[in-house]
Amino acid sequence: MSQALVVVAHGSHLNPGSSAPTYEHADTIRAAGAFEEVRTGFWKEEPSLREVLRTCEADEVYVVPMFISEGYFTEQVIPRELRLEGWDVEDWDSDGLSADVATYTAADTGQTVHYCGPVGTHGSMTDVLVRRAESVTGDPDVGEGFGFAVVGHGTERNENSAKAIEYHADRVRDLDRFEEVQALYMDEEPEVDDVTDFFESEDVVVVPLFVSDGFHTQEDIPEDMGLTDDYRTGYDVPAAVDGHRVWYAGAVGTEALMADVVLERAADAGADVSGAIETVRETTRVAAPEADD
Amino acid sequence: MPARQFDALIEAADADGGVEFDGLRVSRAGGEAASGGGYTFVTPEHEAADLSESELRAHAEGSPYVTNWYFWEHEVRRHDSPRRAFLRRAEAADEHAVHERYEALAEGLVTEWGQLRIEATLPDADDGARRYDVRHVADAGRAVDDLETYRDPLDARELAKYDDDGMYRPLKTATNAPTGWAFHDLGWRDAVETVETLYPATVANWYREREGTLDIDHWSDTAERQTGIYGVVEELPREAVEWVAEAACDDSQCVKRREWQYDEDDELAADGGDGAFPCREPCSLVVAAARRWTKLEEEDPREYTFRLTPSEKEQIEGILDAVADGRVDGIREADVYEDANRYRTRYLRAKLFDDDGDLAGVPTDPAEHGHDGEDHHGEDHDDHDEEDHGDHGDDDHDGHDDGDHGDHDSEAHGDHDGEEHDDHDDEE
Ligand code: SF4
Repeated sequence: MSQALVVVAHGSHLNPGSSAPTYEHADTIRAAGAFEEVRTGFWKEEPSLREVLRTCEADEVYVVPMFISEGYFTEQVIPRELRLEGWDVEDWDSDGLSADVATYTAADTGQTVHYCGPVGTHGSMTDVLVRRAESVTGDPDVGEGFGFAVVGHGTERNENSAKAIEYHADRVRDLDRFEEVQALYMDEEPEVDDVTDFFESEDVVVVPLFVSDGFHTQEDIPEDMGLTDDYRTGYDVPAAVDGHRVWYAGAVGTEALMADVVLERAADAGADVSGAIETVRETTRVAAPEADD
Repeated sequence: MPARQFDALIEAADADGGVEFDGLRVSRAGGEAASGGGYTFVTPEHEAADLSESELRAHAEGSPYVTNWYFWEHEVRRHDSPRRAFLRRAEAADEHAVHERYEALAEGLVTEWGQLRIEATLPDADDGARRYDVRHVADAGRAVDDLETYRDPLDARELAKYDDDGMYRPLKTATNAPTGWAFHDLGWRDAVETVETLYPATVANWYREREGTLDIDHWSDTAERQTGIYGVVEELPREAVEWVAEAACDDSQCVKRREWQYDEDDELAADGGDGAFPCREPCSLVVAAARRWTKLEEEDPREYTFRLTPSEKEQIEGILDAVADGRVDGIREADVYEDANRYRTRYLRAKLFDDDGDLAGVPTDPAEHGHDGEDHHGEDHDDHDEEDHGDHGDDDHDGHDDGDHGDHDSEAHGDHDGEEHDDHDDEE
């Protein structure tokens, strides 16, 4: 029986770049050939979450949300818009981080939908955070002498979003690869504004746990950290801030290895992706230093 | 005819029931191979019975009915699928016999789909494989070499993102699709994929409608379903929903044919349009705009007294029309006969606004002094639901207002003040 992968994301009515990472990761997976069809659907763009399933011919569909944590979108909006019959968040049996998969029938198409947990809480997301550090420094072995910060919103709007930040910060710390690891937030302590206060290391990589780049990751955070006075004039990577060198990576979601997390989600849900994971890990490897300055 | 096609024909003829498709009938006496009987070959123009295999080959050779059968039954396949139905539409297959179609395909058979022009051709009639060209209807007469050409349907995603002025298009079926490109020499699979990328889910919904299974969610269903920051749209008054439909869904704005109504038994008076494919529920753009309108409609009207000359009143109406019809960018700098001309508008502002920016010196709120426009424009922007919920991590905050400058719908527009235009360059 043929299987389809549908990657669902927020999208934007205003920012043309919002969908780009989702498209890019879908393309990587499509090229790896594990699914007959790989589609994308959006809350704010088209095909809408409402109509994306009918663009797939397969009877069996794996839906992976490009969201950073469990919450309003993954628990209410997506299941409702996809018309997952009998959806109950309890079926995920999650502690806020552990949603993996629950299976339903889509009321309008009759397809079997394996609804996966968000990419942001998957364990392999830690690898992407680290890969992002490699990309931004251009060093596949980066770690020694470096501090590492994961940045997110705070608990203000969604408690699970902070949980995801802590979770990955802990996991990066457990790798024993970076000198110091710290979770930082935009709206609460410890705040990203004071990033250099939290590190002894001269070099600090800062990776926001965001799916796509936009106002926060391109304007707010760089200005808050003091990388630049005005985001429009850009900033250096690394940038000198209070005697530290801050390597600001931008949204982790733009890292090519994200495609792997999407695949892992589908694999955990029972999709037959044999070989594709290896292919994707291989094709998304860091080759050269980022051309960014 | 390629050998694989004849082999397939023999195999199908030998099978139970033989071949019966688009006017072609091929079968074997006795119905199966084991019977060893002769073949029958029938088309609307031609009939032969009791044929040996080599005789059958002679009849089949060069017959458009055979290559046509092969294309549909061995290439496209998938009976009862949107993609097949769409491709059949592209050559009016259900209305015209095969030999007519082949003649038309030789010249190129054109159908339209929103602002898309789809041309089906048959470069090699001996093979029967159709090729397709997809481009903007406005580029109908242009040579392929004059256009930016593409082969990969996925390229259509980037293309569909911007209008001809480089402005982001949040609604794929808006009437500002860019021009100047062509997806050329596509196979059938890529042709459907390209169309579905430019106008997502339109083929699927058109097909459902054709089959009588289109699931329409009317305004009331859609509004009720909303949660979070969009929960308020349920409170939008019935009459305002008319204006929403007129503002956003009109054929001048969106190529979908609006099939949703206020609710099942309450049709909207606004014109749903003549689009080739249906709109089955209010789109996210309309819901987001409706949220803004719901908030605005919460205000009570007040009576204001302004003193305007008749021409000033008409100019204000003319400006509204020009903005609403997306004509502002096309108004020439020196065309001071256009109400929305920049100099005319600046003159009006200089004359009518006081230092606080209040029209004719009349404060918006009589209790307050000074300009309070900020109260009405400073509301939070809703493109980012993370204002309420922090889990999407899709960083789409945007400090700017959602200005749609991209509409180049150029409706012919009469001169509003009825005066003669004295600039004799035959523009109006
Ligand atoms: S709701 Fe209106 S504007 Fe939106 S897609 Fe449908 S017809 Fe077009």
